[in-house]
Amino acid sequence: MKTFSGNVLFLDRSDINTDEIIPAKYLTEITKEALGPHLLEDLCLEGFTPGKSTQDKQVVISRTNFGCGSSREHAPWAFEVNGIHVVIAESFARIFRQNMFNGGMLAVELPPDTIADLFNRFAGRATRLETDFAQSIFTFTADEKVFTVPFELSNFDRALVEAGGWVEYADANY
Amino acid sequence: MGRTIVEKIFDRHRIDTPGRDVHVIRLDVVACHEITTPIAINDLVARGKDRVFDPDRIKAVIDHVTPAKDSKTATQGKILREWARRHNIRDFFDIGRNGVCHALFPEKGFIRPGYTAIMGDSHTCTYGAFGAFAAGVGTTDLEVGILKGVCAFRTPETLRIDIAGDLAPGVYAKDVILSVIARIGVNGATNKVIEFGGPVVAAMSMEERMTLCNMAIEAGGTCGICAPDATTVDYLWAFIQDDYRDKTAALAAFTEYGPDDDAPYADVIHHDVSGLEPLATFGHKPDQVKPVREMTHQKVDQVYIGSCTNGRIEDLRVAAAVLKEHTIAPTVRGIVSPATPKIFRQALAEGLIEIFMRAGFCVTNPTCGACLGMSNGVLAEGEVCAATTNRNFNGRMGIGGMVHLVSPATAAASAIAGHLSPSNHQPEQGA
Repeated sequence: MKTFSGNVLFLDRSDINTDEIIPAKYLTEITKEALGPHLLEDLCLEGFTPGKSTQDKQVVISRTNFGCGSSREHAPWAFEVNGIHVVIAESFARIFRQNMFNGGMLAVELPPDTIADLFNRFAGRATRLETDFAQSIFTFTADEKVFTVPFELSNFDRALVEAGGWVEYADANY
Repeated sequence: MGRTIVEKIFDRHRIDTPGRDVHVIRLDVVACHEITTPIAINDLVARGKDRVFDPDRIKAVIDHVTPAKDSKTATQGKILREWARRHNIRDFFDIGRNGVCHALFPEKGFIRPGYTAIMGDSHTCTYGAFGAFAAGVGTTDLEVGILKGVCAFRTPETLRIDIAGDLAPGVYAKDVILSVIARIGVNGATNKVIEFGGPVVAAMSMEERMTLCNMAIEAGGTCGICAPDATTVDYLWAFIQDDYRDKTAALAAFTEYGPDDDAPYADVIHHDVSGLEPLATFGHKPDQVKPVREMTHQKVDQVYIGSCTNGRIEDLRVAAAVLKEHTIAPTVRGIVSPATPKIFRQALAEGLIEIFMRAGFCVTNPTCGACLGMSNGVLAEGEVCAATTNRNFNGRMGIGGMVHLVSPATAAASAIAGHLSPSNHQPEQGA
């Protein structure tokens, strides 16, 4: 199973789309690794610098409809090869969310109030997330602040993560 | 309790429910193109599972970058081509026979009412026009589809959009779907199937229904869907005439996939299109939409007519009717890409290609090309394109470029004017 803890990158906008996560011109690559340097290259967001802001980050927190647009799994892969295995948002586009779990990664929805709370408490501060996958608990820490948030995963999503992804799950079951 | 179209299709294809809300369904079509499939192929090879569940139910095409533009895209084509050969995938379409997947596969009769289909391409939702459940998926779903012929979906609720009213001259299916997306938003149908119905949809051709369903994903929809009817039968008849005694029998079989009167909808929206004007997007999200009339100050550097949204013969006819006996503004680069070889040939036979060329358009081979800035027709920084495509994301057709999504009529009129412009062309009576 992948690791789901680390430093948090806050992306304070809704509708962050797949073309912003990885532009179509890089879809000519046939290895995941080649996508690495181009993560979020076309994202224009105040305080965000492509290539720099993602350094040493393992977790992304954003707003609604994260990952909308293309079906390209290159978007989750671009996160994966940068060591980001968990995205937390108010809501996800269907295909992006499924692609994350299909690759054994986490796309976790939290209620709007909780997301707003996380932005209020932690955005702009060096924040670390510890994920207790078995107990379904996120623990955020910044300076002396500690904030614990329970999350929900369906049994199927949990099974995909534990299996390592949909190929492994489907191969074992169908 | 009645059932929606998608519930009926799921009931006939479900093989497992691995969770309260999860359905694993059998797939009738697994469609593949050269951008998202090669990594799945390489992964299957690496796992020692280089197999396909059924070569006849796999369809493949090289369409995004064709002819190949460089070594990387040549390699993607090569991986798909060699895979199709070694697995005897007969329905593989290479250069000379290839076209934009979501125009080509329906045209070949591969999509039928009640079918399930996936493809590693978000605009797979187009196929719902035939009363099929078709969803764009990532490469991992595609890989499992290729290997096992199954895919998992959460229960898709259905959002019914009942479209009524009289479309004004110069207003087309593209304007209708832009108005729907503007109304419900880019997140308005996430995890839902959008069922398009009502008198306006009933009167639409299959091409127009494909334009509607094509952009369901721009509202977050898993699939657009239209109840199959006599129009569906007529479109498919050449492919199904051996399977049914006559068209009435085919219609009877297909209408089983219509929604029940008491089908449970997540929501029903009554959408009146009387008074609708030609529309264009103005920002980087497909729900940012205004009447073209309010945007005529916007100069355009390029006009692109093509794509899985609006590259079909009806679209080319509409654009050519506007362009006839006109030339495009000297400041505009006009590009038209007939979406398939059949459409290209038909446009030649009808004299449409001649009209485009006389007007000053460049005619390209069938390809996804400019729509996503992958091969031809890329915009430079600060340039503006009026495009009949489906996505206006920042950087979509080239970094720093702006895309305004419009109908083929508006695109043609804008090419002549040199700025965004609704078409004044009055279609002939009955056209």
